[in-house]
Amino acid sequence: MLANTPALRAEYRNVWVVAEVSGGKVQKVTWELLGAARRLADARSCELWCVALGDGVSKETAAIHGYGADVALIVDDSRLARFDDEAEAAALVRLIGKYRPEILVCAATTRGRALIPRVAVTSNSGLTADCTGLAIDPESGDLLQTRPAFGGNIMATIRSANHRPQMATVRPRVMNALDFDPARKGQSISEGLLEGESGAFKTVLEVFHDEENPVNLSDARFIVAGGRGVKGAEGFKLLRKLADAVGGAVGASRAAVDSGWVPYNHQVGQTGQTVQATVYVACGISGQIQHLVGMQSCDYIVAIDKNPDTPMMRLADAAVVGDLYEIIPAMLAELART
Amino acid sequence: MKIVVCIKQVPATSDAKIDPETKRIVREGIKAVTNPFDAYALEEAVRIKERLGAEVIALTMGPPRADMVLREAIAVGADRGILLSDRAFGGSDTWATSYALSKAVERIGGVDLVLCGKQAIDGDTAQVGPGIAAQLGWAQATYVMAMPQVDEGSFTAKRMHEDGWDLCRIAFPAVVTVVKDLNQPRIPTLKGRLAAQKVEIPTWTAADVGADLSKIGLDGSPTRVVKTEPPPARNKETLRIEGSAADCAAALVRELRQKSLV
Repeated sequence: MLANTPALRAEYRNVWVVAEVSGGKVQKVTWELLGAARRLADARSCELWCVALGDGVSKETAAIHGYGADVALIVDDSRLARFDDEAEAAALVRLIGKYRPEILVCAATTRGRALIPRVAVTSNSGLTADCTGLAIDPESGDLLQTRPAFGGNIMATIRSANHRPQMATVRPRVMNALDFDPARKGQSISEGLLEGESGAFKTVLEVFHDEENPVNLSDARFIVAGGRGVKGAEGFKLLRKLADAVGGAVGASRAAVDSGWVPYNHQVGQTGQTVQATVYVACGISGQIQHLVGMQSCDYIVAIDKNPDTPMMRLADAAVVGDLYEIIPAMLAELART
Repeated sequence: MKIVVCIKQVPATSDAKIDPETKRIVREGIKAVTNPFDAYALEEAVRIKERLGAEVIALTMGPPRADMVLREAIAVGADRGILLSDRAFGGSDTWATSYALSKAVERIGGVDLVLCGKQAIDGDTAQVGPGIAAQLGWAQATYVMAMPQVDEGSFTAKRMHEDGWDLCRIAFPAVVTVVKDLNQPRIPTLKGRLAAQKVEIPTWTAADVGADLSKIGLDGSPTRVVKTEPPPARNKETLRIEGSAADCAAALVRELRQKSLV
């Protein structure tokens, strides 16, 4: 792809965070991204902007400033109430052309990973997926983007030297949000949606929010996951109790999902999701490589298994040898005692 | 209806090797398989063909031996395969890859639907599917877990999200990326496998698809890998907890509390 000339590159300034919006609300991962992007903006001595597209997002302006953005760029339109990725991409490409940010960061969620590749291709930009580290190269001033590859077996650092903006998606729970400061004020810019930008490609007919699983896997600080050793759907109710007791989410191995004990959106691993929890409790999961690549970057791993010698029991920080049907109820009793 | 299924040949194991020069993946010498997500895309294409009638074309970009994944696709019901292969494509990032694949889709001509796996298990980027849609200026639906209705002019797609799902109606042409929940891929029959071995697979070069050389390969890629290193080391040793359930639970909860994890 044709590189931008140095003169053109120099016209690009400021760091943008594209907000993760669901149901008109800016999601927590956005505050994490603002925390990381604040450092980048300070290193580049430029402004930090947060771009929020959605229905009712102008209500979030104070929060956007409070979490560290200098400028809130708001596209508040009822036509964005449901996720119309082509519309959001068209608006973003237009705004990038108008305001020329040099860095653009977005959450590596299902929405972010649908939206930003479309934006990057259309605006001739390099894009790095699922970054776990972002830094400014002191020499060139370029963004250094570090991401796990091959299921986390290699960390690759990627640079997009000749194209602007430099774009990256970042996994939830990797970056730290700044403390919310209600006194922090900033500028606010309102932009509209152009005729023809929305509804040109798709109509969202129906939206379902999974109320039974209030904590989703990618946002969960604590995950209780089950595998073949759970032996049935009934066992997952026990795992759910433990997850509820610690405010966590329920995960599963492919074996448990394929057996029909738990729906696919709980699957962790190569053909499921990659998670980044603080604590991952693997119950009756032997730890095939395809599962390990989805959870091995969790901070603290607990394994509970009758078999003392599985890959998961060897990987774990704490390996509990025993029957999960006895251990988990005992843990619940222990947690209830203060 | 004409459906293209994009398939990637990926290393079967996780023992990745990196070329110290280009910092990109060395694919020689590692057993290669069809990217698992792509099998669901292919199965959906074959099911649409069985229901409505369609031509299903398997498309891959890779080295000459990547024809293997196309033969596997033909064995389960693809009508033909096209191998996009040229040294000039080497080192392409997701921008350049989506450009090259979009040029092949244009060359095929009259395509209604491009189906892809949501991501490849080696790169894990999920960027090529929506990238193809953007290159072509087509509609897209990502993380698709069901396609309940497909007819001549449009289809519905159920998209998976972290907090639930949504259902949308999209007119063709479109690019759809799929997750595992979509279907259960069939196993090829022996007869199908044998027949697929005999099929001639055309190889298309960059010139064949009219690709602009400044937009492909390492030089046509906006991103560049500048460094690779092992991930931060995991734990040193495992704390082993054994004994009665009550003792185990007490020891584990004590450990978690000590580390302020609960």
